[in-house]
Amino acid sequence: MKLTIQHQTTYDYEEPVHYALQKLRLIPRTGHGQTVLNWQTEISGGEKQLTFDDLFVNHTELVKVTPGATRIEITSIGEVEVENLNGVIGKHAGFAPLWLFENPTPLTAAGNNIRKLAASVRNATEDHDDIVRLHHLSQEILSLVTYETGQTDSTTTAEVALTAGHGVCQDHSHIMIAAARLLGYPARYISGYLFMDGQDQQDATHAWCEVWTKGLGWVGFDVSNGISPDARYVRVATGRDYTDAAPILGIRHGNGTENLHVSLQVQQ
Amino acid sequence: MKQNATFFDEMLATPGDVRDPYKVYFDWFENEDLKRLRRKSEDAEAFFRRIGITFNVYGQDEADERLIPFDIVPRIIAAREWAKLERGIEQRVRAINAFLYDIYHGQEILRAGRIPRELISGNEAFCPEMIGVNPPGGVYTHICGVDLVRTGEDDFFVLEDNVRTPSGVSYMLENRETMLQMFPELFTQLKVRPVSAYPQRLRRSLSDSAPASSPNDKPVVAVLTPGIHNSAYFEHAFLADQMGAELVESHDLQIVDGHVAMRTTQGYQIIDVLYRRVDDAYLDPLTFNPDSMLGVPGIMDVYRAGNITLANAPGTGIADDKALYSYLPDIIEFYTGEQAILKNVPTWRCSEPDALAHVLANLKDLVVKEVHGSGGYGMLVGPAASKKELAAFEKKLRAKPSNYIAQPTLSLSTVPILSKAGLAPRHVDLRPFVLVSPNKVEITPGGLTRVALKKGSLVVNSSQGGGTKDTWVLGD
Repeated sequence: MKLTIQHQTTYDYEEPVHYALQKLRLIPRTGHGQTVLNWQTEISGGEKQLTFDDLFVNHTELVKVTPGATRIEITSIGEVEVENLNGVIGKHAGFAPLWLFENPTPLTAAGNNIRKLAASVRNATEDHDDIVRLHHLSQEILSLVTYETGQTDSTTTAEVALTAGHGVCQDHSHIMIAAARLLGYPARYISGYLFMDGQDQQDATHAWCEVWTKGLGWVGFDVSNGISPDARYVRVATGRDYTDAAPILGIRHGNGTENLHVSLQVQQ
Repeated sequence: MKQNATFFDEMLATPGDVRDPYKVYFDWFENEDLKRLRRKSEDAEAFFRRIGITFNVYGQDEADERLIPFDIVPRIIAAREWAKLERGIEQRVRAINAFLYDIYHGQEILRAGRIPRELISGNEAFCPEMIGVNPPGGVYTHICGVDLVRTGEDDFFVLEDNVRTPSGVSYMLENRETMLQMFPELFTQLKVRPVSAYPQRLRRSLSDSAPASSPNDKPVVAVLTPGIHNSAYFEHAFLADQMGAELVESHDLQIVDGHVAMRTTQGYQIIDVLYRRVDDAYLDPLTFNPDSMLGVPGIMDVYRAGNITLANAPGTGIADDKALYSYLPDIIEFYTGEQAILKNVPTWRCSEPDALAHVLANLKDLVVKEVHGSGGYGMLVGPAASKKELAAFEKKLRAKPSNYIAQPTLSLSTVPILSKAGLAPRHVDLRPFVLVSPNKVEITPGGLTRVALKKGSLVVNSSQGGGTKDTWVLGD
């Protein structure tokens, strides 16, 4: 499937910016069933400082907001050809050792509810293989945590979201990652794009997770949609949790509020 | 002078029998007037006060800044003794740099099963953000301060490898400066190797470690300090001054054209090498602790992109972590193919049940240290502890054994200090300072001798009432 993506993030600042940086992880890589045919990132209101691969081999860019600017616009436009791998990414590669994905992070630290969830899934799937167990975990999470926007934010932990019983794709992924790690599987966060038939205009990027199993290596799970990724999914960045893979992470010196607006089109 | 038979005294091997390196000094001392020496000792203190060497002691509300006591009797090391130490330190530091490269790249040592994976994967001192980073010139520990103790004529042990941001070098330099002022005649009688070139060597060593590509004609070096409230601020300012480098704080720095640059009167100047005295966790709020006001946002990205040298590299703490310490002989063998020249202190890892049982059974004879602690905080010196303290520590130890290691109470050597009654032996350790650049490992002949001023005390940390001595390495 050939997907055309146009992704624009706009920050409006109440007061002219004195000094601010934005770290971007917005460039998909070719590989794992996807081929980046072309890709461009345009910045207005800021200057690219650096381009490098981070420890998860994410293409990363560091941008400085032009001093005095009241708005920065980050626009990615590109085309990606994706084949359906049924979620199977395969063997582990990259700088980071597999064990790095076994450790909890602040966003994926297990509390009582995640421990309970992991224990119940372990019991319910004792005689089943890894993939059945992980799909079961994914379904359990979806039934316990209703998809609902506006209730959680980028700092919400897996435990808090599970306890609250509602959240978005980021929360679903964090819960799955936290529980999978408790069950002994390395797990990682994926940020990316999802083509949704009949919904060209989207207001946020997507997130899912990948869990490593002995048999298949890395396998993707999109808890929010109850499936493993197929040809509609474009992987952009990975990491131990959202913080590692966030599409945009910024820091700003100075006063005043900022307003974020995201415009995203994923088309076939 | 009364001699304690159970400890090795570096001046008097046995009462009346002065060891070779001290012979000239001892003769001089015998002919000196004690009153004059005491006056000199007071002069030395006044001298330190004037130049402003002070030290903030954590956990003491009253005296924000305190002078570290200085003792005027030098600690003297023979050329032959030093040569062996030098070889041993160089071997150790080279192995540590090889280990750091490996642990942040292929992790061959884990694959080979030479150290347990959990020691790294579960260790807070391991810095994942360093994975895949190639520090310019392959150097991780530009500055090390290896803590050594001595128990006998030929028995030196490494107590700690300080490879994060070792402090104390300013004392080494000022102690010598003071001794040269007080006793110039001694330096004509004895061939003492100079230490005064350290700042220039540091500067050259850092410059040699600069990134290969730089927009500057000559490498620009700066010292990053957390600020005036840091306990080692004096040293930061002192070293910057002595090196002819800028002393900068967080608010002086910005990302400019993909580099880290400092504000100057002529605009922003790109920095090639940052000798940073800010801890890893505070170094980059965009990568580590987001609330840090002491660091430089984005500096880890500049570093990963190869546009700046950080001295020392982040994540070096995994090499001097106390949990890893007991594996250093294996690490040296793994990377150099040689046996360690300098010995490790025998260490019980309390994470291992057998070791824990041994430690609990012998607590009153052992020194127990927190794996991540430093500066003598949170440590138990069994023989000096009360029953109550022992019981309290046992509780902590049982609650989280993996947080502790234990070592025998070493019979640290003594060197005399000038006490009211004349010479009196006190326990000492030694921190030589090591500079590592892509081309070489340089060890300044001398170092910081710390001395436990309290009679019988084995704790030499300045935060725990220790003092310092000038350290003389004799020429051939």
